[in-house]
Amino acid sequence: MNDKLMNDIEVMNGITRRRGFGTAQIILFLSIAILVVVVAVPVLLIFFNAFWVNGEFNVRDVARIIREPDTWRALVNSLIIATGTTIGSTLVGTFFAWLVTRTDLPYKRFMKAMFLVPFMLPSFIGALAWKMLLSPRAGFINRFFMTQLGFDGPVFNIYSYAGIILVEVMYLFPFVFIQVCGALERMDPTLEESARISGAGLFTITRKITIPLVMPSILSGALLIMLYSMAHFGTVAVLGIENGIFNIPTLIYQRIHQSAGSFASIRTGTVLATVLVISAALILWLQGKILSKGHYQIIAGKSFRPMELKLRALRFPLLLLCVAYIAFTIVLPTVVIFLVGGLKTYGLPFTWENLSLDNYKFVLFDYKVTKDAIWNSVTLGFSAAVITMFAGVMISYVIVKMKVRGKGILEFLGMLPFSVPGSVIALGVILAWSGRYGVNLYNTVWIILVAYIARYMAFSLRANGAALEQVHDSLMEAARVCGATMWQTLKDIVLPLVRPGMLAAFFLIFLPSLRELTVSIMLYAPTTRTIGVAIYTLNEDGETVRSAALAGIALILIVVGQTLINRFTEKGRG
Amino acid sequence: MSHVRLVNVTKRFGSVTAVDSLNMEIEKGECFSMLGPSGCGKTTTLRMVAGFEDLTDGEIHVGGRLISSPKKNYYLPPEKRDFGMVFQAFAVWPHLSVYENVAFPLRIRNLPAAEIEKRMKDALASTNLTGAANDSPADLSGGGKQRVALARALAINPDVMLLDEPLSSLDPHLREEMRFEIKDLQRKYGFSIIYVTHDQSEAMALSDRILVMKLGVVQQIDTPLEVYNNPANRFVFSFIGLSNFLELVRVGGRVVLAENRLTEDGLRRGTGIDLPPELVPGEAVRGAEAFSLASRPSEIDFLGAGESGLRGVVTRRAFLGEIVDYRVDVGGQEMRVQKGRRAPGPEAGEACVLRLNRPFWFAESAE
Repeated sequence: MNDKLMNDIEVMNGITRRRGFGTAQIILFLSIAILVVVVAVPVLLIFFNAFWVNGEFNVRDVARIIREPDTWRALVNSLIIATGTTIGSTLVGTFFAWLVTRTDLPYKRFMKAMFLVPFMLPSFIGALAWKMLLSPRAGFINRFFMTQLGFDGPVFNIYSYAGIILVEVMYLFPFVFIQVCGALERMDPTLEESARISGAGLFTITRKITIPLVMPSILSGALLIMLYSMAHFGTVAVLGIENGIFNIPTLIYQRIHQSAGSFASIRTGTVLATVLVISAALILWLQGKILSKGHYQIIAGKSFRPMELKLRALRFPLLLLCVAYIAFTIVLPTVVIFLVGGLKTYGLPFTWENLSLDNYKFVLFDYKVTKDAIWNSVTLGFSAAVITMFAGVMISYVIVKMKVRGKGILEFLGMLPFSVPGSVIALGVILAWSGRYGVNLYNTVWIILVAYIARYMAFSLRANGAALEQVHDSLMEAARVCGATMWQTLKDIVLPLVRPGMLAAFFLIFLPSLRELTVSIMLYAPTTRTIGVAIYTLNEDGETVRSAALAGIALILIVVGQTLINRFTEKGRG
Repeated sequence: MSHVRLVNVTKRFGSVTAVDSLNMEIEKGECFSMLGPSGCGKTTTLRMVAGFEDLTDGEIHVGGRLISSPKKNYYLPPEKRDFGMVFQAFAVWPHLSVYENVAFPLRIRNLPAAEIEKRMKDALASTNLTGAANDSPADLSGGGKQRVALARALAINPDVMLLDEPLSSLDPHLREEMRFEIKDLQRKYGFSIIYVTHDQSEAMALSDRILVMKLGVVQQIDTPLEVYNNPANRFVFSFIGLSNFLELVRVGGRVVLAENRLTEDGLRRGTGIDLPPELVPGEAVRGAEAFSLASRPSEIDFLGAGESGLRGVVTRRAFLGEIVDYRVDVGGQEMRVQKGRRAPGPEAGEACVLRLNRPFWFAESAE
C-alpha cells in the first residue's frame, strides 16, 4: 500500500515536471527574449520601414529608391570595392599562406606572426595613414616624388577605387591567410607525397592537388572578406568622400547624419540596409554550402612533416618581398601615425624642433573630447563584453546542449547576429530605441551599448558554442546521476569547463570594441563619442595632429591588450 | 644482381640515429618486409628509398642505377624514381574521381589517350574497381579507397612497389582479404615489394624475406620460416609470435632459475631451483652469467607428475575457444602454455610438470 502510494507520487512528479514551467523553459525563454529584443526587433524594423509605407506593403517604392542615381551608385560601388578587395586579399593571403607553410622561407614563424598583425590594426586608422602618405597633393610620398624627384603630378592617388581596394586588402587579407594556413598545416602530407611518387613535380602538385584541396578554405575566407568589405565603413569614409565615392554604409551614414533622421533619409537607409542584409545572408549561405559540400577529409593521422619546397635562388628575393610587404603595409603607416601625432601643426616637416609629445599629453589629460572618448570606449567595451559573454554562454548552452521544445526558434535567431552588418544594426537600433516605441535612448551611451551587444553577440555565440561542443554530454549526465540538479550541474561542471570559451568571448569583444567605428559613428552624441568616432571626427574637422595622436594611443592600447591576452591564453594552455 | 640495394644507409635527425648503417638487397620480383615496433626506423628507411627523406650517409641503388648518395651529392627526386607507393591513410585525393585518381600518374607522363585508356582498364579490372570508376572516393569504404591507392600505384606498371603499412587502417577480415589481393597482383605484374609493417603475421604471410629492425639497427634478415625457427636474438624471438622467457643465472657452476625481481644494484639472484638436465644450455651462452631460456606457449607439453621437467603450479586457466590458455608459476616466474581444447590439461591450482619442445637460449636478460 505504502509502496503503491510512493509510486503514484513519483509518477505525478514526473508528469508535473514535464508539463510545468521548469528551469529549462526559463532559460529558453530568456535566451529567445534577449535575441528578439537585441537583434530581431531592430532587423525587423528595418524591413518593416523599407517595405511598409503609409500602412501598406510597397515594393515599387523600394525599387524607385534603389534606382535613384545616388543609391544605385552606392550599391555598385560596394560591389566593385568588395569584389576587388576579395580578389586581391585572396591572392595575397593564399600566396603568403603557401609561402610560410610549404616552403623553406627563412624566419617563417616570425613572418606568420607578422602577417596576422593587420588583424589587430583598425583599418580606418590605416586609411588615415595612407591618406597622409598618398593623398594627391599633400601626401608625403607624392610630395617627395614631386619636389625631390621632379615628378609632374602625384604617383598615386589614394582617393580612388584602386586606393580604397589596396588599403582594404592590406587589412583584410589575414582572413584568407589564417584559413589557408590552417588547412595547409592540417592537411595529410601523404596526399601530396602520393602525387610526387606518381611522377608529379612540385608545381604540378601545387596546382592539381594542394590548391584544389584547400579551395574550400580559400573560398570560405574569400566570402568572409566579401561580407566584411560590402559592409565596411571606415576605409571608404576616410578615402572615398573626397572624390564622391560612397558605398552602402557610408551613404547610410551620410543620409542619416545630414538630415538628422528625416523620413526620406530613413527610408533610403532602410532600403540600403535591407540590400546589405540580403547579400550578407546570401554570402553566408554560400559559405555554408561550400564548407559542407567541399569539406574534404584531408586531416592527417600520424604523419611526417609536409615536404618543403626548396626556394633555392628565389629564397632571398621572396624573403625580401615579405619584409618589404610588412614594412610597407604595417610599419610605414604606423610610423606615420605616430610621427604626425607628434607634430605641432600638420604640414610641418618631420624635424626634431617640430616633434614633441605635447599632442599625446593634451589628448590624454587635457582635451575633454578625447578624454571622454577613451573613457566611453573602455567602459562601453567592458560592459558590452561582460553582458554579451554571459548572454552568449546561456544561449549557446540552449542551442548546443539542451533538448527542449522551441529550440528551433532559438537556432534561427542565433544565426541572425552573424549576418547583420554593423551599420544595419546601428540603423535598426535607431529605429527601435528612439522613442517611437516608448523607450528613448537616442543620444545616450545606452543606445551604443545595446548596439554593441547586438553587434558582438555573434562572437560570443561562436566562442561559447565551440567551448560547449567540447564538453561531452556524459560529463553532465554523470553529475545528474550523482544527484546534482540542473543548476548545480551548470554551476559546478559546465561553467568551469567552458570558462576558457567565456574568456575568449570577453576578449574577442572588448578589444574590437576599443576601435569600433561603424556602429558608434551612427549613434554618437557630442558627449558620447568613442575613440573611433573621436579619431574620425577630429580628422574631418581638420585637427589632423590630434586625431593622429589619439590614433597612436588607440594603437598602443590595442597592441598592449592583445599581447596581454596572448600571454594569458598561452599560460592558460600550458 | 639484386634490384634494390641499400649500402650503409644511415639517417640521423639531430642527435638521434633513426637508421644505423643499414644494408639490404631486394631481388627482382621479391616481396621483402621490414618489420619492427613503431619508431624502429622502418618507415624512415622506406621513405629514404622513396626519396622523401635525404640520407645522412650511405647509398641506394635501383636496377643498377644510383638514386641517392649524400657523398656524391646525388639525389633523384621522388617523382623521377618511377615507384608505386601505397600509404597507410590511403592518400586518395578526395577532389578527383576514382578514375582520375588512378589516371593521375599516367597523365603526368603525358601518355597518349589510347594508351591511358588501355592501362586504366587493366588497372581498374585488376583491383575490381571497374564499376566504381566514376565514383567519388568519399563514397568508398576503407577497402575501396585502398584499392584505388593500389590501382594508382599499379597504373605506371612500376618495377618496385613501396607499401607503408597499407592494411593497418582496415578492419581485420578485410586485412586478410587485401593481403591475398596484393600477393595476386604481384604474381600478375611481377614487381618487387618493399613492405613496412608492425604486424608480424602480415609479414609472415606475404613475404619472401623479412627484415627485423629495432631502434634503427637490423636484427635479422631471413625467410619467414628461418626468422621463426632460428631467431637471431631475444628481440626477434619476442617480436615474432607469442613467447616465454625464463631468466636464469649461473651459481657456482650450476644453472638455476633467477629470482623474479632484480636486486637494488640491478642484478638477479638465483633461487636455488636447478634446471632439469635437458634444459641446461650448451655452447650458445657459454661465459654468460645471466641469460634467458625462451620457448613458445604452443611448443610446451604437460607431463605426468613423476617425469623430469620444469615444475610449476597452474595459476590461471582460460578457455579461448579453439585453444586453452594456461598461466603457470615456475619458481616465481610466469610461463604461458597454450594447448588445443581437446588436449587434457591441469586445472587452476594444480601442480604440473612442463616439457619445452623447442627451447632457445639467449645470452641476454630481460630489460
